[in-house]
Amino acid sequence: MIEAILGLQRFVLRLFSRVDAPLMLALTAIMTVSLLVQFSAGDDSMHAVFAQGACFLLGSVALLLLANTSPANLRTWTPWVYFGTLALMPLVFLFGSGRSANLWLNLGVFYLQPGELLKLSVPMMLAWYLNRQTLPPTWKTLFVSAAIVGIPVLLIVKQPDFGTGMLVLASGGFALFLAGLQWRRIQIFVVLAATAIHVGYQFLMPYQKDRINVFLNPESAPQGAGWNIIQSKIAIGSGGMTGKGWGESTQASLDFLPEHTTDFAFSVFSEEWGWLGVLAVMLIYLFIISRSLWMAMNAKDSFSRLLAGTLALTFFIYIFVNGGMVAGLLPVVGVPMPLISYGGTSAVSLLAGFGLIMSAYSHRKYLAN
Amino acid sequence: MARAIKNPYFEADLFRRRGFLALLGVTALLGMLLLGYFSLQVLHYNEYLDQANSNRVKLKPTMPARGLIYDRNGTLLADNVSAYRLELTPERIDDIDTTVKQLSTLIDITADDLRRFERARISSRRFLPVTLKLRLSEAEVARFAVNQFRFPGVEVVPYLTRRYVYDDMFAHVIGYVARLDEADLKAMGDERYAVLSHTGKTGIERAYEERLRGTIGYEEVETNARGRSLGVLRRHISEAGTDLRLAIDVELQKATIAAFGEMTGSAVAVDPQTGQILAMVSLPSFNANLFINGISTKDYAALSTDPSQPLFNRNVRGGTPPGSTIKPFVALAGLESGLRKPEDTIYSSGEFFIPGQRRGYRDAHRGGHGTVNLYSSIAESVNTYYYKLAMDMGIEKFDAYMRQYGFGQPTGIDLIGEVSGILPNPEWKRKRFKQPWYTGETVIAGIGQGYWVVTPLQLAQGVASLANGGNRIPLRLVRDTRTGLNQAWRPLPAPEAKSIGATAEQLKAIQTGMEATMNTRRGTGWAVALGAPYRIAGKTGTVQKISRKGSISHDPKSLPLHLRHQALFIGYAPAEAPKIAVVVVVEHGGYGASSAGPIARKMMDAYLLPKSAQPPQQATTSESLPESADD
Repeated sequence: MIEAILGLQRFVLRLFSRVDAPLMLALTAIMTVSLLVQFSAGDDSMHAVFAQGACFLLGSVALLLLANTSPANLRTWTPWVYFGTLALMPLVFLFGSGRSANLWLNLGVFYLQPGELLKLSVPMMLAWYLNRQTLPPTWKTLFVSAAIVGIPVLLIVKQPDFGTGMLVLASGGFALFLAGLQWRRIQIFVVLAATAIHVGYQFLMPYQKDRINVFLNPESAPQGAGWNIIQSKIAIGSGGMTGKGWGESTQASLDFLPEHTTDFAFSVFSEEWGWLGVLAVMLIYLFIISRSLWMAMNAKDSFSRLLAGTLALTFFIYIFVNGGMVAGLLPVVGVPMPLISYGGTSAVSLLAGFGLIMSAYSHRKYLAN
Repeated sequence: MARAIKNPYFEADLFRRRGFLALLGVTALLGMLLLGYFSLQVLHYNEYLDQANSNRVKLKPTMPARGLIYDRNGTLLADNVSAYRLELTPERIDDIDTTVKQLSTLIDITADDLRRFERARISSRRFLPVTLKLRLSEAEVARFAVNQFRFPGVEVVPYLTRRYVYDDMFAHVIGYVARLDEADLKAMGDERYAVLSHTGKTGIERAYEERLRGTIGYEEVETNARGRSLGVLRRHISEAGTDLRLAIDVELQKATIAAFGEMTGSAVAVDPQTGQILAMVSLPSFNANLFINGISTKDYAALSTDPSQPLFNRNVRGGTPPGSTIKPFVALAGLESGLRKPEDTIYSSGEFFIPGQRRGYRDAHRGGHGTVNLYSSIAESVNTYYYKLAMDMGIEKFDAYMRQYGFGQPTGIDLIGEVSGILPNPEWKRKRFKQPWYTGETVIAGIGQGYWVVTPLQLAQGVASLANGGNRIPLRLVRDTRTGLNQAWRPLPAPEAKSIGATAEQLKAIQTGMEATMNTRRGTGWAVALGAPYRIAGKTGTVQKISRKGSISHDPKSLPLHLRHQALFIGYAPAEAPKIAVVVVVEHGGYGASSAGPIARKMMDAYLLPKSAQPPQQATTSESLPESADD
């Protein structure tokens, strides 16, 4: 009996030993911030707080499990995971639901956003593939990589979910960069990307064009598409150095700020906590990213390194794009502030991603599984 | 395919270098983001805070209730009643034309409403509501309420609107309020008054506008993004306008209007001791309530093209030659100047000639009145006495005395736009006609004819000063004011009276003459005063504007005002201790004694006799008058 208990204790301890304490602490801090924001931005009910909290728990379990999964096993499963998540995408077109875009699959118990899963499975697949090639990547490697990334990106953008598509695309770029893509080639890609953006603009959906136009001149549509940006800037700016205090957001509570629990949650945070609050959160984020990158550097093989590094940098892109968007510094792209914005699938997939990073780090020495 | 051998150490090193580079990039970009936030939150903090507050806090004006207007006995004359109006806030409406079109299926919007709306919209700020229609019917309010969700930016707003209890009885006293226009706003000099929907346009409503208006209050209202108010942050209480109590007596006003019957003209009754106006009538009148929410084009056309000019305030802006009613004043000037003593006599032969001229100036009696003194000259209205007196005095002196009695200048009544009338003199004539003055003009000025124009108010002030011992008191409609229902009435400061310069003895002589007019058989007002339980002093007068021949065939009411005969009466009672002084002008009224006099008598009866003692129908007027009684 005692042995059983001790065995269980050992098992649990071993389970948790795979979790990186500093990173987990920082993540917990961000999750706390998220719950605080959801509490004050949400409409009186605690529903959003509980739902988000539940997803954090679920994500933490995923994190724990993935941290305890050896990279070797992960690597084996990677192609299955990749093609499995890719296969979910057509289902969205057939059965999907959502307000302006069909992003969600109704699974009965909860809604699943397959696009979110691709944010994990595409870096995994790319790391898997690059790990099998010599690095820096050759042209052939580049073309295959482009296919691995390009196909899901096209499907996601088609949904249409431009933001997620760009995030997945960016993750591909990060993987190649970390894999040591030659600078000369990077230059070529930058030029190509600039041309593609120029040409691609012609093929954007009208609402996407609007977003870009409004970004360039939000005052052109103060009641229309520019409203979000103007109101968000007012929210952030009126927060000042020290903020209005928790729960004192007027912009959000009076409905001036749309989407104030999701895409614009960080505006509410900035309004209530001021620049000092923003600084604190950004420092925590920076710690999370640098810790993740450091852990990636110390992983034992290219698969682990590339996967962990890519996930860390993709995490950064979330922060930069959302943070820049709500402050009117970047165009409005539907990218949430990672872990802070309300969103279950996103929270779970992000935490799962950190599980993968921790796995890469905690399995750097050949420990027993 | 040849495959290069993987070098794990090289790859790890490559990754490390790229990782550090990436971290450097991440740090730099996050730093830039923080700078961006610093710019918003610290450098432009005040700007955005202002915007957040103006987002959140809207100033919502609260309308003060307009001051109420009562008569001297506390009868309510001008009231506020609640009504609903339809307002559009242009800022919140995408397509105003379409919205108005859709609204017109629910609410009867007239062309007049639309025209006013368009005009108001041009001058109004986009975020301020503009009224489309006032006084919605209950059915319209209900219909709109059901459809409100279709009309963002359109609201039904409760408000207080003016109501004149006695429709047309006080239209020329109280005047009316009407919708505030741009010119009014400019005159007020404060954009905030734009929220007032109405402002006093005429009469007491205009003259006392500032007191009646009160002070606009403000609520700092917290609003959400859709403009719905969520709560009041702070209130700046509005102060209700000051209530006014007029000196007017509703019963006397009613009796006066009734006495006129179908006739047109004007009448003023004043308390000779205080200058307070007890009744003021200008007929025909109009329903003041028509103007409050915008008179329809049709109604306005009917009023403005009526030859009897119902919109014209005859007391304040009108005027007529005084005719024989000027004689007591001319007689007083004769006494004051020392040219005449009351007992001095002259002989009336029926015609007066200026020495060296062949043209004769006639008396009312063909054969003349014989030898008359000052008393009988007033009582019998003997022209010759006044022809001669005016000529002896000369126009300069005549003019100076008449000015001293208040003619040729406003009486200072508490209304806006009072005219001065015309006090003819050589200087005036030179300016007006570029012609010299003739002695004949002095002669007829002595009997109140010629270029003379006096307003009924001037006559009222004049007769009051004859009655009260020689004090020219500015006339007053408003007696006292109060600043709230539970406050005491406070009298307005008494206006400063001026002496007309006559001694008590001189005045007594004039008073005696005016009493003789009413109380001796030969007096022109004998029939008017017949049977009165109090003693009346008075003077009749008649002014003929067009030649006697032919004028009879005209329908009097179709003639333009300035061509109508005027029958006049001035007087006061009781003669021993005057309580009421009266001026009556009847247009096309035949002789002063026959039409104006009886009206004055009814007014005096209404004011002086207890209700029960007043005869239901005046019997005294039925008595026929001698045709030659006057002029």
